[in-house]
Amino acid sequence: MSELYHVSSSPHVRSKDTTGRIMLYVLIALLPATIFGIVNFGYRALVLILVTIASCVCSEWVYNRITHKKNTIKDLSAVVTGLLLALNLPATLPWWEALIGGVFAIIVVKMLFGGLGQNFMNPALGARCFLLIAFAADMTNFAIDSYSGATPLAAIRAGESVNTMDMLIGRIGGTIGETSVLCILLGAIILILLGVITLRIPGTYLVTFSLFMLIFGGHGLDMQYLVAELCGGGLMLGAFFMATDYVTSPITPGGQIIYGICLGVLTGLFRVFGANAEGVSFAIILSNLLVPIIEKITIPRAFGEIREVTKHE
Amino acid sequence: MKKYTERLYNGIIKENPTFVLMLGMCPTLAVTTGAMNGLGMGLSTTVVLVLANLLISAFRKVIPNGVRMPAYIVIVASLVTIVEFIMKAYTQDLAEQLGVYIPLIVVNCIILGRAESYASKNEVLPSIFDGIGMGLGFTLGLTCIGIVREILGAGQLFGHQILSLSWFTPITIFVMAPGAFLVLAVLVAVMNIVRSKMEAKGKPLAKPSGCLTGDCSGCGQADLCTGKSGVQETVAAADPQADKEGK
Repeated sequence: MSELYHVSSSPHVRSKDTTGRIMLYVLIALLPATIFGIVNFGYRALVLILVTIASCVCSEWVYNRITHKKNTIKDLSAVVTGLLLALNLPATLPWWEALIGGVFAIIVVKMLFGGLGQNFMNPALGARCFLLIAFAADMTNFAIDSYSGATPLAAIRAGESVNTMDMLIGRIGGTIGETSVLCILLGAIILILLGVITLRIPGTYLVTFSLFMLIFGGHGLDMQYLVAELCGGGLMLGAFFMATDYVTSPITPGGQIIYGICLGVLTGLFRVFGANAEGVSFAIILSNLLVPIIEKITIPRAFGEIREVTKHE
Repeated sequence: MKKYTERLYNGIIKENPTFVLMLGMCPTLAVTTGAMNGLGMGLSTTVVLVLANLLISAFRKVIPNGVRMPAYIVIVASLVTIVEFIMKAYTQDLAEQLGVYIPLIVVNCIILGRAESYASKNEVLPSIFDGIGMGLGFTLGLTCIGIVREILGAGQLFGHQILSLSWFTPITIFVMAPGAFLVLAVLVAVMNIVRSKMEAKGKPLAKPSGCLTGDCSGCGQADLCTGKSGVQETVAAADPQADKEGK
């Protein structure tokens, strides 16, 4: 009886999806790619993953401690950032450079702007680009054990042919988590089934990118080239795990489609006309910066609202 | 004498153009790839600043109010041309390093800012000391940024390798443009921490907007200030934003 008269303010129906739970889902979805990376690249990959996760979590804890804020490491977002950062690093990177990357991701990109929800770009990718500029030689050194040659993207750029089957499974050189398309797709399916992400952003991203490569790639309707471009580099990892980051992607459905198109066009531009073979991380952080504008123009109309007619004179 | 030392303190610490006033950001971000460049840029700006303050202060009663900006520019541009020729003659390497940023001292907003807000309203001698203080403050700022960027980005200090490349990997981002922003932001933050610590201890490092002597003429915020001393009429300091919008 007393429950019936229990008065409280809204919301009355609460979802079980807390930030921590969603981050846990993302971690689970990243597991296949992570395990494959460790198997593929050996103990150095494991060391890097542990170093970045530890440095991300510790930086967040220390920052909250210094600024006397409530501690937020329990929401697992720092763990996700650390893991994503590690998956974007080559296994040969010295551990202390990865440590700096983790600190940069959390302190500079995330906490200084106000913490989770306020960061203007994906922390893991921001840190990856920082490391790419700071330690250019180490960040593009993919030579490890059996994979001493160029990465498939660099090989395509040099006009060589590549084995797309190897690229699909992941037995190629590259960063720790990007090589195996199969493992990433497995993770993506988990995320979609759990309802964490929708296909809107990655779908538009990949379709736009494919169209761009067909038109401007210079190989015409060569399907093998297209598949190699789709499976090469960080495109799959970026499309499903980083472009879909809640904080730095639009929340309106229309905005998500515009955002996906931006991503596809920018990635294509960087890969075809840019100086480097890869351009996914730069495309994503540049699009992150466009998100506030995209959301502003795609904000849905409230019921009954009459939009002001703008006069063109 | 107190007035002159106050001017020096004002320029170097209290209203440091780089860390407090945030003036002259173009050369600050662009040329500070090394300590030597920062020092050279700072000192050449100091020379121009002192001479410009001297001349503008001396001519302040001759220059009509309506054309004072063109008049200042002519004075500053002449001085910069002289400095540029001297640098090309005697410090050729440095002149090549600094390149276009030496002629650009003409539009450096510290110089026009001091001309407008101090030299045009004060006697010659205090104006010279104001120029020395501001110039040294600018030099200090640029050299600090240059030192940090050079050590982190190349492991060098004034061109000498101080961190052995056998164990140190240069963080090249610090000698590139993004590094300038990162270093400047961190140094300003450190400056603000020191400032608030001093205030908490009850020994304020003199707020940039406050005034020590009641001399409103040198103050950019004179017309926002409520406790004016009324020693000098300060109508001409009407636009405090003018200082900040320059290059």
